[in-house]
Amino acid sequence: MTKALKIVVLAKQVPDTRNVGKDAMTPEGTVNRAALPAIFNPEDLNALEQALRLKEQNPGSTVGVLTMGPPRAGEIIRQGLFRGSDTGWLLTDRLFAGADTLATSYALATAIKKIGDVDIVIGGRQAIDGDTAQVGPQVAQKLGLNQVTYAEEILKIENDIATIRRHIDGGVETVEVPLPCVITVNGSAAPCRPCNAKLVMKYKYAMCPLEVDANSECGKRNAELSKTRPYLTLNQWSVADVDGDPNQCGLSGSPTKVKTVQNIVFQAKESKTLSASDADVEGLVKELLDEKIIG
Amino acid sequence: MNNVFVYIETEGTQVAEVSQELLTKGRKLADQLGVELHAVVAGTGIKGKVEDQILPYGVDKLFAFDGEGLFPYTSAPHTDILVNLFKEEQPQICLMGATVIGRDLGPRVSSSLTSGLTADCTQLEIGDFDDIKTKKHYDNLLYQIRPAFGGNIVATIVNPEHRPQMATVRSGVMQKAVYEGKAKNEVVYPEVSKYVSPEAYVVKVLDHHVEAAKHNLKGSPIVVAGGYGMGSKEGFDMLFELAKVLHGEVGASRAAVDAGFCDTDRQIGQTGVTVHPKVYIACGISGQIQHIAGMQDSKIIISVNSDPDAPINKIADYVIVGTVEEVVPKLIKYYKQNSK
Repeated sequence: MTKALKIVVLAKQVPDTRNVGKDAMTPEGTVNRAALPAIFNPEDLNALEQALRLKEQNPGSTVGVLTMGPPRAGEIIRQGLFRGSDTGWLLTDRLFAGADTLATSYALATAIKKIGDVDIVIGGRQAIDGDTAQVGPQVAQKLGLNQVTYAEEILKIENDIATIRRHIDGGVETVEVPLPCVITVNGSAAPCRPCNAKLVMKYKYAMCPLEVDANSECGKRNAELSKTRPYLTLNQWSVADVDGDPNQCGLSGSPTKVKTVQNIVFQAKESKTLSASDADVEGLVKELLDEKIIG
Repeated sequence: MNNVFVYIETEGTQVAEVSQELLTKGRKLADQLGVELHAVVAGTGIKGKVEDQILPYGVDKLFAFDGEGLFPYTSAPHTDILVNLFKEEQPQICLMGATVIGRDLGPRVSSSLTSGLTADCTQLEIGDFDDIKTKKHYDNLLYQIRPAFGGNIVATIVNPEHRPQMATVRSGVMQKAVYEGKAKNEVVYPEVSKYVSPEAYVVKVLDHHVEAAKHNLKGSPIVVAGGYGMGSKEGFDMLFELAKVLHGEVGASRAAVDAGFCDTDRQIGQTGVTVHPKVYIACGISGQIQHIAGMQDSKIIISVNSDPDAPINKIADYVIVGTVEEVVPKLIKYYKQNSK
């Protein structure tokens, strides 16, 4: 028997650290954010796909994307809507800034409580800008929910129990977990579907209030169209909106402090440069063999 | 009170190597701080089978929790054990492997205790900290050093106010060594039900299948690694051939793994395996910092790259400027001709 599920997808807008070019770092050794495009965190897309599949399999279900970030992170909610999610929430407030994983999970957990009656919270295993994999389990703990991390596929949901296949070190595991629960999805799970053209047309001008720039073309369109199409105004929540405790948010809610940040400089070696010629390659192989380094 | 704890991971009755590596590191930190090294292990039918794999690494006291439902690992019972044990023992530091289990358990425990956790540390040191904002001075904090931002910077993280200071470390980053000094080697077997509530056993493991590693990349003296420059999954075939003739193992950069050229378990770098081979042959790897972090301690580094300015060339002993398609078959050919 299927049941209508209320699903919240946790997603983060991240700098694309995977394709770091030579200009990604400034000469001073700081990150050149302008050179790194902001993208939908890859494993969060895997999570969105699992959520959308559950929605299809369980009629009446809803999927909403919850993200925290600056106003431009509203793009994450739009990207979700373009692929088939029903709604979204942007947590944005200066008080959220500087959060470590614990303060982030506190903020997300308070928002999920505010959303209310959620059956499944699902997100990527980790974000590529931090690679910590901590936020999912910490949200689960804060909500008092069971967690399944490193999920590859939600095999079925029956009688309020989810059967999930997960990736573990050196193998696989199948587990049963009662709902509600928190699931984090591994990058080896099915890739996310592309944007749907009709949905892109429908939500192209959807924006969070803080994103709307009255002078830009998009902003003007949003201001004009949202009068008759309320779904073009995306949910935007501050700390106060989710009844959050400012002391547990952002920098003040973070037990970890960054002592120093350094650019990495590796000790350059005196290297010997060879060509790809037969003589050079054979010479190297002989040298390594003679010195008993290989063989 | 105030000791250094290491969470010991097991598969059945086999202790994970990463846990032994962390015991060796934990022992050094404990000696430096003048405190004891404690270990905690939880499993089913482990009594009498795991102690000998744990105590030789300098453990003063081992808390061994043996009970039904503690293996295979599920989040809640192991969280209950650590949280309740830590409330009694008040450790100052807790280390665990940055494995699937450690990365599931660590954040859950840290959230329960509201203590800070730093993932995937590559170095752990003891040092002082002055908080510029509060003007407070702290002695002997754990410096949790890790690459951040895709490995482009390295950050030193501290947890000034919250205990335990928690950190995870990947397998192979620290080196294990049997402790030469004298440790107390005390073992206690606490009653599991005093620490774990019955409701904690709610997640059921229907099927648990772990295969012995197909390769020994971490321990191989020769590593042939390929990057995005290999171009395809088929491109990796020649690396497997080169590794075979050299009696080495094949590794890959994150970019090659992300592109599907090679299995994830062969990924070398900050988010993969750390290797320390005698010879590291990097083929078509540009050398992003997060990759270099996982192989810089190789004795001899050979870079095969058509780009003479590839960043990895700076740390290489030998740079062969040429395409992998041209150079790798030649390496195979001339090795075969000249060996023996």
